[in-house]
Amino acid sequence: MAHLPTDAAALRSRFGPHLNSAPPGGWDADPVPERTVETHCCFCGQQCGIKLKVAGNQVVGFDPWEAFPFNKGKLCPKGVKRYLQGGHPDRLLHAMKRTASGFEPMGWEEAMERTVAEITRIQDRYGKDAFAMLSGVSLTNEKSYLAGKFARLALGTRNLDYNGRLCMVSAGAGNKKAFGVDRAANSWEDIPLADVIWVTGANVAECAPITTDYIWRARDRGAKLIVVDPRITPLARTADLALPLRPGTDSALTNGILHLLDQWNLVDRDFVRDHTNGFDEALEAARACTPQWTSAVTGLPVAAIEKAARMWGEASTSFLLHARGIEHQSKGVENVNSCINMVLATGRIGRPGCGYATITGQGNGQGGREHGHKCDQLPGNRDIENPEHRAHICGVWGCTDEELPGKGLSAQEIMNAIHEGDIKGLLCLCFNPLVSLPDSTFTREALEKLEFFVSLDFFLSETAQHADIIFPSALHEEDDGTSTSAEGRVIRIRKAVEPPGEARTDWEILVELARRLGRGRFFDHFTSPGAIFQELRRASSGGTADYGGITYEKIEKQMGVFWPCPTEDHPGTPRLFEGGKFFHPDGRARFIPTPWRPPMEEVDADYPVWLTSGRVVFHYLSGTQTRRIGFLVEQCPHPYVEIHPRLAANLGIREGDATAVATRRGELVLPAKLVTTIRPDTVFIPYHWPGNLGANRLTARHLDPVSRIPEFKVSACRVTRTTPDRFPPELLELMALGRGE
Amino acid sequence: MVSEEFGFFIDPQRCIGCRSCVAACAECGTHRGHSMIHLDELDRLASTQTGPTVCMHCEDPICAMSCPADAIKRTEDGVVHASQKPRCVACQNCELSCPFGVPIVLPGLEQMLKCDLCYDRSSIGLKPMCATVCPSQALLFAPRHEVAAMRGSRPLREFVIGGLRIRTRNAIMVPDPEVPLNLDASILMEGGL
Repeated sequence: MAHLPTDAAALRSRFGPHLNSAPPGGWDADPVPERTVETHCCFCGQQCGIKLKVAGNQVVGFDPWEAFPFNKGKLCPKGVKRYLQGGHPDRLLHAMKRTASGFEPMGWEEAMERTVAEITRIQDRYGKDAFAMLSGVSLTNEKSYLAGKFARLALGTRNLDYNGRLCMVSAGAGNKKAFGVDRAANSWEDIPLADVIWVTGANVAECAPITTDYIWRARDRGAKLIVVDPRITPLARTADLALPLRPGTDSALTNGILHLLDQWNLVDRDFVRDHTNGFDEALEAARACTPQWTSAVTGLPVAAIEKAARMWGEASTSFLLHARGIEHQSKGVENVNSCINMVLATGRIGRPGCGYATITGQGNGQGGREHGHKCDQLPGNRDIENPEHRAHICGVWGCTDEELPGKGLSAQEIMNAIHEGDIKGLLCLCFNPLVSLPDSTFTREALEKLEFFVSLDFFLSETAQHADIIFPSALHEEDDGTSTSAEGRVIRIRKAVEPPGEARTDWEILVELARRLGRGRFFDHFTSPGAIFQELRRASSGGTADYGGITYEKIEKQMGVFWPCPTEDHPGTPRLFEGGKFFHPDGRARFIPTPWRPPMEEVDADYPVWLTSGRVVFHYLSGTQTRRIGFLVEQCPHPYVEIHPRLAANLGIREGDATAVATRRGELVLPAKLVTTIRPDTVFIPYHWPGNLGANRLTARHLDPVSRIPEFKVSACRVTRTTPDRFPPELLELMALGRGE
Repeated sequence: MVSEEFGFFIDPQRCIGCRSCVAACAECGTHRGHSMIHLDELDRLASTQTGPTVCMHCEDPICAMSCPADAIKRTEDGVVHASQKPRCVACQNCELSCPFGVPIVLPGLEQMLKCDLCYDRSSIGLKPMCATVCPSQALLFAPRHEVAAMRGSRPLREFVIGGLRIRTRNAIMVPDPEVPLNLDASILMEGGL
């Protein structure tokens, strides 16, 4: 049983997170870099270009890469300090096994033998699908592709999913419904050309900082900015119109805007007629969404709704950006489609300065959802249930249709099945579900029920602490490959240093496991990331996410290649839908009716306050990496709860007070941060921390019916003042750190 | 020499409080782990407004004038440098006299350090580290003649502080016209626009 092998404090003491604050040897060492390596940041979906300074097989610093066109040297603080995870004291250097008293190093041979024996035992006893795999989209495209092939052909399980399920799957599903393709419609170069920019459910300044410069460049030309979010984020601070709507009411607002566009004759009727289907049905669903109705649902003034409709409707060019705020909901796909309806109604897509995009959150969130490590998908964005798509992949992989499993469970559903006892074994790669899945008490219970759990990790994440066997894997800068940014730009990740100790790259570990599982014939030819990429190109050819014409050399020469790029003489496609041509077989876009419905959980007498969660600029996702970098931790050492002073006064809460936030799943006690920049009926907690500090102790496992994304952004909670003695010990440690003690 | 054609423009309106500048300043070849930038939350209760403070590189630097050890030098290109270690007596006169609150006498180091415009970079044609990385270009290092066309705000290089008129090499960008801000979500919910 995968209970923690020893207490959490002992694990923290040995495996961290400890802080690394200086380059190898300290600030006075001043090593002379032997070379600089042009690569990309290992964090968010912006995938900024960066140069790593290397000396003696260590990354010793960074240089801005000003020639890279997306960020031109600009970096957020995570990018600046990312190099400090190299040579980190918490790095896992040996394979390890769980013992009664903790973890002990073990040899690779023994680790491999035991893992293969346990996989075989579980599958012989319970069936192939009783062993599941979870992977992540911080992996390169090559590793994402390999993960999909490994699960299907080495493990033979249909139960493979990925942590992109917690990120942009609602956007992907909505995009496919509307456009027939799942990618940002434009490169970011169209943003500065737009006359109005609509940002909804996206804390751009903290989650995608480089994008702020694109928006400011538009505003320098006079562009108007509309920001929709329950909080007045740093970008919303200066917006022409900030709309702090009630959590979970996003599609009510966008339906209301569509209604007004039609009423005020601001719809591009020619575009709608010539290039789309379904407008009348979408409008019918928005028919009752008068400004008064929209105001009642969203909690926004009628005048603000009308002003937004006027600003959006009367513009000549526009760009709409959204992110997790609207996607992390049980109606995430509907929210996305309601935004796209606004874009299509004005016909402002597929030409300069006119565009639409989701801001991908995870590093390779875009590429990671194209190459087949989703439970329902094969490489090239192919559908695993489509016989033609299956036949293509079987042809590339050299397997039969019978050897290729069908659609499996999504990430949360895999965890539910583990909890139910239907899945007995798990391989986890680049995913920290104990922090990132909702209802973390439930997730912990599930992990404790596993008969065998193997994890590939470079730091001992909170989830890996439950593993039976841990393989030490490699950091971003220790491997080659490609990644695909939020723009749809395929870029080169270049190896800067060799993995330390006995750590190996993820792909080497998976290929070796496949060989030992007796499936070497499908994997033996993967002798390098380049070899995997060659097969990925063939597998994606003819799919919507067509990488067929992309080569490493071409990426380097062009500073990235936008897919689709079907042939080697094709330059790639920065702007989709030019000439009003969409990816559905009839070439037309689809309006999708999005009648508004409430979130799965609503406030009531017992839980009267909305709870929402999100990121801060100093941390990345579950914090496995950023909670180990001194500078980043010092800027934001611990979570807190943002409360409007009016709500705080009603509850008798003052700045810094111990504040209990409880939902039907659990309770956190955190310090209060009083800010006027949040709705008085809503509180906010950043989610990067584990255990007693984890916002996901409070969130629910409600899923969107299409994308299966959890509803992280909307919960009902009760907020009360409590006493400081209820602060958990780990919070007190971090608060002391924040005070410089 | 730092080209006179290039100016350093500080635009608090665009600042998103990410502290990339603070992070990167410490990585500069001359600063070795010490950041010379202050990044302040002005009033987090009421606003997400933040403001970076870097040395304004005054034409007649008061820090240098008040230095009893003559340790602070201004080069011909208008860059006011950190104190020269052999001379600096860590008396903190510079800290106390600077109208912008920039110099820092570091405990343990017993020397005043401050932004020197990343002289190791800017004197060879590169931008200061903070201006290079700043995601929103709230810190901008650019040819002076291009800035007016580039931005909707205007550069200010002359300040009156405590009755003293101060001209600086660096500029602060001021919105023109001033932008009224309402940063209380409850007021926006109730009809304030």
